[in-house]
Amino acid sequence: MTKFVRRRYLALKVEGEGPFDRKAVLDAVWDNVLCLFGEVGGSQAGLYLVHSDEATGYAVLRCSHRALPMVKAAIASVTKIRSRPAAIHVLRVSGSLKALHKKVTSATEARSYL
Amino acid sequence: MKFSDLHLRVPLNDMDQARRMIAKSSELGYSQIGVPLPFGIKQDTIDQLRQFSEEFDVDLVTRLDLTPKNPSELLGCLRRFRRRFEVVSVLCGSKPLARQAAKDRRVDLLSFRAIESGKRFFDWAEAELASKSSAAFEIDLSQVLSIEGFLRVGFLSCLRREAARAKSFGVPVVLSSGATDVLLLRKPQDYASLALLFDMDASLAFEALSKNPFGIVERNREKQGSGYVVPGVRIVKEKTGDSR
Repeated sequence: MTKFVRRRYLALKVEGEGPFDRKAVLDAVWDNVLCLFGEVGGSQAGLYLVHSDEATGYAVLRCSHRALPMVKAAIASVTKIRSRPAAIHVLRVSGSLKALHKKVTSATEARSYL
Repeated sequence: MKFSDLHLRVPLNDMDQARRMIAKSSELGYSQIGVPLPFGIKQDTIDQLRQFSEEFDVDLVTRLDLTPKNPSELLGCLRRFRRRFEVVSVLCGSKPLARQAAKDRRVDLLSFRAIESGKRFFDWAEAELASKSSAAFEIDLSQVLSIEGFLRVGFLSCLRREAARAKSFGVPVVLSSGATDVLLLRKPQDYASLALLFDMDASLAFEALSKNPFGIVERNREKQGSGYVVPGVRIVKEKTGDSR
């Protein structure tokens, strides 16, 4: 029987010199996962870039629930995307896209309200 | 939870960049930042930094990074400058210096800039000395971010040993950014994730980003306050002439 895979969705904010396309962001995260945790770690991560907005720098990344600490460490260690200085910040983490959307929008509303 | 970054290396010759870095720290969730300042810093510069920190609602902590050549120079520097700064860190470049810094109660942070394990002196003896004084072990996370490949392999292995040593001797650890640029700054939660790379669990990492640095600053501010006498003793009320 196939076991149900629990996933986590991460809302990300990409900052740096210039807009970065979807492939560049995913490549940067993959490079760091492979660099820090190797091919075995990479195979457990189940990385998939669900959404990426070049203009605003927001992105949504999916990973496996078990690999979440590993993926967060890899994201934090990104310092360059396509050889240009950059940083990726994790805004929120959630178990479903719907909940992630709610969390991000409520946080944004709270911030604009303040 | 409130977070502190005791090592934000803002460029003092570029106030726009300094302002941007302070703003970013505030945005990332820090409520306290420590800025390393040189001995002869002008009061105007400090005032300007304070103005920025008030603007972005963060508490500015003045920090001094000492890089003496030998233990006697360290003692001289501590005697001259300790009272002027809220946090004093010593960059331990040699073993005798590291030992003296670990023994001295006036030192708040023990920093080791070298990446090679042979040039870092946070061994068992150092940890034992630090556990008896009030010094904390500082880990600068910009070093983890700025290197890669075999250098990072060695460095992470070194940090893993040192973090375990600090834990076993009860030496407080302080995680700081050491950032010189906005793009090197990370959220406290991201730093806790990075600490996982050297087997520091999340609760200890959050302590190192929150409880430990706040404790150091609070203790030093109390010492610099007017009523302080010795640890545990402070003047609550002055005796007036006619009271008995």
